[in-house]
Amino acid sequence: MQILDFGYMAELFPYLLGKLPITLGMASAGMLCALVLASGLAIVRVVQPPLVNGAAKLFISFFRGTPLLVQLFLFYYGLPQLIESLVKIDGVTATILGLTLHFSAYMAESIRAAIVGIDRSQTEAALSIGMTQSQLMRRIVLPQATRIAVPTLMNYFIDMIKSTSLAFTLGVTELMGATQKEASSSFLYFEAFLTVAVIYWVVVELLSRLQKLMERKLNKAYQR
Amino acid sequence: MITVRGLTKFFGDTPVLNGIDLDIEQGEIIVVIGPSGTGKSTLLRCINMLESPDQGHITLGGHHVDFDRVSNDDRLALRRKTAFVFQNYALFANKNALENVAERLIVVDGWPKAKAHARAGELLDRVGLNDKHTAYPAALSGGQQQRVGIARAMAANSDLILFDEPTSALDPEWVDEVLSVMKQLARERQTMLVVTHEMQFARDVADRVIFMSGGNIVEQGPPEALFSAPKDPRTRSFLRKVLGPQAASSE
Repeated sequence: MQILDFGYMAELFPYLLGKLPITLGMASAGMLCALVLASGLAIVRVVQPPLVNGAAKLFISFFRGTPLLVQLFLFYYGLPQLIESLVKIDGVTATILGLTLHFSAYMAESIRAAIVGIDRSQTEAALSIGMTQSQLMRRIVLPQATRIAVPTLMNYFIDMIKSTSLAFTLGVTELMGATQKEASSSFLYFEAFLTVAVIYWVVVELLSRLQKLMERKLNKAYQR
Repeated sequence: MITVRGLTKFFGDTPVLNGIDLDIEQGEIIVVIGPSGTGKSTLLRCINMLESPDQGHITLGGHHVDFDRVSNDDRLALRRKTAFVFQNYALFANKNALENVAERLIVVDGWPKAKAHARAGELLDRVGLNDKHTAYPAALSGGQQQRVGIARAMAANSDLILFDEPTSALDPEWVDEVLSVMKQLARERQTMLVVTHEMQFARDVADRVIFMSGGNIVEQGPPEALFSAPKDPRTRSFLRKVLGPQAASSE
């Protein structure tokens, strides 16, 4: 008796690969938006302007304190009830929105930590030559903080790629959604989910390699 | 001429500077000595506004700043008319030697990059770092880093360069190369205010030595006078400690 139907897996594999662009697309869009939002939040948390700081803290607290799945349902099913024009919010948009807000809350904290971790002498040197606050942020602090933050941010990106699988609950036929549909028609659950697991795994492995390359490049200036 | 009047600074409730008055002539080389914790570094940091003084005023390069009401423009103006050399070098870790020196010219003075890099190259050559233009701080020795730090301060063409214990963090083997760059600057009559424990440097180079204690200028004068015939008992006691008993009394 055959344990696994390898023929089925070989057929399923290219079909599922075809769904990879949707998965990676949602993750990349989410990552880009989250990076922008998180950098803004992090700077607010470092500079601490009175009102905005409170809002940033509340935002981070909420989106770190609730499950991503709850947030996705809130955007996809809840928001259209509240705001009429959002009736046509589709699953992909809701997922990108959810990933952005959820992960930016986490990423803001690690970017903030990276900024705070830059030695005070770097800021003082920049001030001493007459730079403004925004110049020293842009030219001295953020480039150095990037190097510190990249490993953690790549971790979040990996987590985000895997979290796109939740989009299947919003009816998006991405990797997980497609697998779910195939499995329930073929009844070959083990084969189907094993195949998709391998695809996620390989993608994440490749990204880890990329991360090592990036770190080596970013560390070049700091080597003796 | 640079004029400082009534410069006062508190850390919490503790007074660090008790109304310092100081006049600096253009081209004058002043060395500040004194026990640690007496406000020498704070004086320098207040002039550069790395610390915010609580009271007093300063006139520098035609710009007058009253510390009772300091604007952001005042801060930038004071910083742009002075330059600072740090004890721990504080080179920009993400920039190589050339970029460290050129940074101010590009960002603050708006020079085109090529021109700024050419000027930075000249300055690095002058401090003896002809072969280190593209080296990053992490790859430089302490002495080399501090020479880049001095070249960075020179780039500003400042009215005044402030040196905050520039050789204190250095291994002994690197001290001389940094002092010799500073001596060269002194010969060119760059106005300098130097906090240091290098008494020989003070003797050789300073036009005036200031002795500070407890947040006050206790005594000042030409190095020969101050070192050979200190008037205040606090100066005598300090010099005895750093120079040994004979050196302070005889000569």
